[in-house]
Amino acid sequence: MKSLLSAMWAVFARELRLALRRPAEAAQPLVFYCVLALLFPLGLAAQDAALREVAPAIVWVCALLAALLGIERLFRGDVDDGTLELWLLAATPLALLVAAKLAAQWLLIALPLLIAAPIIALALNLDAGAARVLLASLLLGTPVLIFSGGFAAALTVGAPRAGLLIPILVLPLMCPALIFGAGAVRAAQTGLSVQGPLYFLAALLLIAVTLLPIATAGALRNAVD
Amino acid sequence: MWTWFHRLASPPSFYRFADRLAPWLLLLALLLLAAGSYAGLFIAPADYLQGDVFRVIYVHVPAAALSLFIYVLMSVAAAIALIWRMKLAECAIAAAAPIGASFTALALVTGMLWGKPAWGAYWVWDARLTAELVLLFLYLGVIGLNQAYADARTAARACAWLALVGVVNVPIVHYSVQWWNSLHQGSTILSLQGVMNPKISPDMLWPLLLTLSGFFLFFFAVWLRRLQNEVLLRERRARWVQELIPS
Repeated sequence: MKSLLSAMWAVFARELRLALRRPAEAAQPLVFYCVLALLFPLGLAAQDAALREVAPAIVWVCALLAALLGIERLFRGDVDDGTLELWLLAATPLALLVAAKLAAQWLLIALPLLIAAPIIALALNLDAGAARVLLASLLLGTPVLIFSGGFAAALTVGAPRAGLLIPILVLPLMCPALIFGAGAVRAAQTGLSVQGPLYFLAALLLIAVTLLPIATAGALRNAVD
Repeated sequence: MWTWFHRLASPPSFYRFADRLAPWLLLLALLLLAAGSYAGLFIAPADYLQGDVFRVIYVHVPAAALSLFIYVLMSVAAAIALIWRMKLAECAIAAAAPIGASFTALALVTGMLWGKPAWGAYWVWDARLTAELVLLFLYLGVIGLNQAYADARTAARACAWLALVGVVNVPIVHYSVQWWNSLHQGSTILSLQGVMNPKISPDMLWPLLLTLSGFFLFFFAVWLRRLQNEVLLRERRARWVQELIPS
């Protein structure tokens, strides 16, 4: 048990260390997210009332795109430098190592988005109550985005030219998170109960965090064998 | 019985088995489809509310049922391919995906054509329609992934993982009409209640059952043929293929 945790911790820490060595690259998703989200008000007419209505969708779609941004390269480095082969040989189950890596990715990609989200919400004229629900929905939903993105990356890691495939592969997996995430914020705006969509998101989160690493590990093993 | 199954799993004996079966399935399918289409278009009475527009169900319902059925079949094949590494199951995924994608597209297009006169819009973002669209993307993902790898076996197992993960969408499509207040009507015949106490008039039902069975047999015939091609392609270096097709 202890060696399991220390192996997972090693993977987790390595992932963070690698990212912090290249801070500019690590900041990319956040910058992308902010620029993308702030382009929408420029596209709409100034002070447009529609902005408030589409704001939940904007924030969520931008988060989805930011999570997709570097996902193609997620496992490529590990395959190229042989890390993945060591993972395969390790006594620790591959699924747990994959889960540790994806958790680190969530910390690197999604946590900055969560911190930026209230500011974005302010810029898009969301009121405070809706912004709180937005944060809760992003907190529950972004791991689903990261873990399903990781699954798609694992499926395509053995096929160098499959990068264009990733959007098609992740779309079906990310759709539910988008629907319930943006749905929760919209429910908060119209004064409806937000519990239903948030519980759905929580269920998706549990499924994604527990089952997707197993599938991801299977796909990785298949790509390297 | 079991030894028969075991023998069927070997590519050469499967090839011969499919070769014998497929023409008969196709013949029967075409007969049923011809009879069903004639009955559906000319014999079944026009709907008192929708007029002749309702006749699209004779294509729409079988196509939609098949789109789900093929996906489930594909995921069963995926589980077999991943657990027992059976070559034939790997071929089955690759062979089924394009057919499933076509039936999903057919179900969506016929649904849109019916939706315009009946609902007043080609497309509404409703749970059933969205989930069916997601199903189409899952099929396209499997097809794309299958072509992305140079090695056929690696490709097949990557597709198998995707097919297994995607199967969560199937119950969502099927039950979407019950779980959410959907514009799409609920299931009429694909339920036990529907069989015991049909919600559809018998003279509209029997042409539907004809086309439904015709579509299913048609799928199995096409699937067997595609499987044969897939087996030939993968076993092209094997002795039995070279004896079968002297190059």
